[in-house]
Amino acid sequence: MTELTVGQVVAERTIPLTRDSLVRYAGASGDFNPIHYRDDVAASVGLPGVLAHGMLTMGAAVQAVVDWAGGAARVRDYQVRFTRPVVVDPETGAELEVTAKVGALDEEAGTARIDLTVRSAGQTVLGKAQVVVVTAA
Amino acid sequence: MAVNPAIQGRSYPPTESYLVGREKVREFARAVFSADPVSLDPEAARAAGFADVVAPPTFAVVVQEHTLAQLLADDDAGIDFSRVVHGDQRFSFTRPIVAGDELTATLTVTGVKSLGGNSMVTAESAIHDAAGAHVVTAISTLVVRAEEEER
Repeated sequence: MTELTVGQVVAERTIPLTRDSLVRYAGASGDFNPIHYRDDVAASVGLPGVLAHGMLTMGAAVQAVVDWAGGAARVRDYQVRFTRPVVVDPETGAELEVTAKVGALDEEAGTARIDLTVRSAGQTVLGKAQVVVVTAA
Repeated sequence: MAVNPAIQGRSYPPTESYLVGREKVREFARAVFSADPVSLDPEAARAAGFADVVAPPTFAVVVQEHTLAQLLADDDAGIDFSRVVHGDQRFSFTRPIVAGDELTATLTVTGVKSLGGNSMVTAESAIHDAAGAHVVTAISTLVVRAEEEER
């Protein structure tokens, strides 16, 4: 990891989400808000459909960086802004397209800031998505 | 009901201890599409120097959630859950969460702002282990949408 340069793409990944993914995440996280699994409830509050949990999008997107960096313990800081919901179709689901690029290097601290671009259906769904990882051995 | 600006600076009592279970970590890891051996395989975690499986970074939300429930249940705070949208989320780690940790979380409201009838509430939940050492701070900004008549 000593050869990193700002702007370098370190990981790219497409994550297919289905309604099954949402139910699984609901159980694992304890977030049982019905807008994440019931079309009627989603429609009643004016949503375009059942949405992925923002925290599922955040949690799945960072895995590309976790794998590249050498494990979950390498992550020092992770932040996102939820800018657009991810609608998950009951039949066709949705896809998260994740690109991870080096945003900044701090050689003294032995860390790199990795900036994530996360898109679904052609639109960016997370803003200011930044992961600080330990790059020193 | 509107958000009470006086909650800025307010802290809530530490949550009951949360014991991080190995199977809960693995279940959460699978749910966020993790392929990380240290999160999924206790042998790999031990080989990497951890006592047990290491939680994915966003697992901290499971512990943080108990503190957000305190904030939302505080009638004096005036946060109507049905109008809450998750704006921002951040996790800042001193060390990763590992199965076997007993964690408590303490929420402090660090910001209340009004923006065009909406309120932005920033809540920081500091998560400590059984020895009292800091593990991670989870920071959420909640956007509380204006009620129709307030617009």
